[in-house]
Amino acid sequence: MSPVLLAEQILNGLQSGVMLFLMAAGLTLIFGVMGLVNLAHGSLFMVGAFAAAAVAGATGSFLLALVAALAAAAGAGAIVEVLVIRRLYARDHLDQVLATFALILIFSEGTRWLFGSFPLYLDIPPWLAGTVMLPGGIEYPAYRLALIAVGLVVAAGLWWLNARTRLGIQIRAGENDREMIAALGVDIGRLYTLVFAIGAALAGLAGALVGPIQSVQVGMGEPVLILAFVVIVIGGIGSIKGALVGGLLVGLTDTLGRLVLPELFALITDASGAATLGSAFASMAIYILMAGVLIWRPTGLFGARA
Amino acid sequence: MSIKSLLAAASLAALASAAQADVKVGMITTLSGGGASLGIDTRDGFLLGMQGADGVEIVIEDDQRKPDVAVQIADKMIQSDKVDVLTGIVWSNLAMAVVPSATAQGKFYLSTNAAPAQLAGKGCHPNYFAVSYQNDNLHEAAGAFAKSEGYANPFIMAPNYPAGHDSLNGFKRFFGGELAGEVYTQLGQTDYAAEIAQIRASGADSVFFFLPGGMGISFLKQYAGSGVDLPVLGPAFSFDQAILQAVGDAALGVKNGSNWSKDLDVPANADFVSAFQAEYGRLPSLYAAYGYDTAHLLRSALDTAEPSDADAFRAALKSADFDSVRGKFSFDTNQHPIQDIYIREVVKEGDIYTNKIVATAIKDRSSAYVDDCAMK
Repeated sequence: MSPVLLAEQILNGLQSGVMLFLMAAGLTLIFGVMGLVNLAHGSLFMVGAFAAAAVAGATGSFLLALVAALAAAAGAGAIVEVLVIRRLYARDHLDQVLATFALILIFSEGTRWLFGSFPLYLDIPPWLAGTVMLPGGIEYPAYRLALIAVGLVVAAGLWWLNARTRLGIQIRAGENDREMIAALGVDIGRLYTLVFAIGAALAGLAGALVGPIQSVQVGMGEPVLILAFVVIVIGGIGSIKGALVGGLLVGLTDTLGRLVLPELFALITDASGAATLGSAFASMAIYILMAGVLIWRPTGLFGARA
Repeated sequence: MSIKSLLAAASLAALASAAQADVKVGMITTLSGGGASLGIDTRDGFLLGMQGADGVEIVIEDDQRKPDVAVQIADKMIQSDKVDVLTGIVWSNLAMAVVPSATAQGKFYLSTNAAPAQLAGKGCHPNYFAVSYQNDNLHEAAGAFAKSEGYANPFIMAPNYPAGHDSLNGFKRFFGGELAGEVYTQLGQTDYAAEIAQIRASGADSVFFFLPGGMGISFLKQYAGSGVDLPVLGPAFSFDQAILQAVGDAALGVKNGSNWSKDLDVPANADFVSAFQAEYGRLPSLYAAYGYDTAHLLRSALDTAEPSDADAFRAALKSADFDSVRGKFSFDTNQHPIQDIYIREVVKEGDIYTNKIVATAIKDRSSAYVDDCAMK
């Protein structure tokens, strides 16, 4: 295995990690502040991707498409929060799972009704097409580098929002004691809608950013949702720092596992068998990672101590 | 999905005028998620082929590309809907979960697509007919083509499920040379950055890949933007109508192995292509062609026997007395087709990306597993 290949795979792992972070950050924020398990988070990812594909198709502008994705996902999130989610805060997690699972079905069928079952196309903008040559002779797609950059910028922005703004103080206070901040005069209903919309916008942004390298289609959010849950369990529920570290760990484990495991099995069996075994074990790698972290730290890496 | 299946059943019942439905067909196929375009084409081709058939009721359900869902639907169709014939499964892992138990319960299964090696060899069954192909076939054609082009060390890749294994085995069987790498990906995987990096590092001179549906779209778009510039080839599944429209220019000129193409010069095929376009407003894919052929095979058998008379119905199916859109078509002893396999090239006609036949890769191809089947 050459160092160039390894370096490229590490970049690939980082890229998939920061995209998972965007998904997981919203999920963990919503869980941390409102105690809500939101299975429909994957649908908001899909809403972002479809909004971006529709607007890019109509205007040809990728930046407008990103704006549309943020607006559509945040809007859909806010509407869903006011109409449905608000009624679920006092209920137990099983009711929340049931109701948000219903939302997945409604979003999926609604999107299918609007856009059809065939995948939509969202192209990489021309100014990010092609590859760039990195030091050390690594040729890497410019768009994926941009994804890493956007993910890190959003991470920094979220840290600033959480640690340095009035909204961040309210969010952290809401995580600790929601009755007390209501008593202090914060409009808790408005805060919840706002947090839900921010989480939704992050999911929509992830969907729009991933759209050009994958296909935009109904049901695209659910596989990512499962990974995002793995990320927040590893990182610790409610922790944005945990979502970032967890996302990067999952991204790197998954990508490097797919590279290294077949090579390891090639030492003990023939090429074809090693490819099969390696692929099978690579798909388990992140769950083994999750199990390991949970044994070592049952509340996740940055989770609040119980 | 129940609304859609009810509508389909209702419209067919209406087409069949007031005739009593005495034969019931259950279609299990993928109508949602990343594989939906395959199932939708299968369904639409089949329904087009069944238009005007009297006394046949069709129930359609979405398997979501999940084996457990497919098994539940099959149980429901067999036990409560009391279907006589099952059909429609796209994915081989789902076929492996459904077909052996359905045929063991005395039902007929006509495959519109999936035809894993296991069911063509030791697991063959008198009530199981593959109308499409045996899984290895189209990949064998691509392997033969790679050999004739003089590729020295292709990098080969397929999802880790039964048809993926059949794919790479089929390619290797007819290619026979050295490989730069062999990789199995996850079924439904959407990001291929890791595999593309391996291709770049492998020193390959070409890439063979089998990635149907949304997987193929994702891979080809990422490959086009990766700076890797090796020639790609694959089976027709990696370059079907839905994939080509999404990928666009990047796929032009790519060669792929297929047993069907819309320009195949057969009268039944010309009728099929124009009827499909008139009915649905888009070009048919090979999945639609298999669905259409399956419908006509079923109707030809129903003309001579009822499924309740299993031996006569089986013999009628086996005689394959219908006009296939593929022209020459017959069943081998393992009830998989004997047919010609072609090489197609991706071309642009007006604004539409499609395929045209450029060569015949293998004539009268049966399957590698026919001798393992106990039926003679």
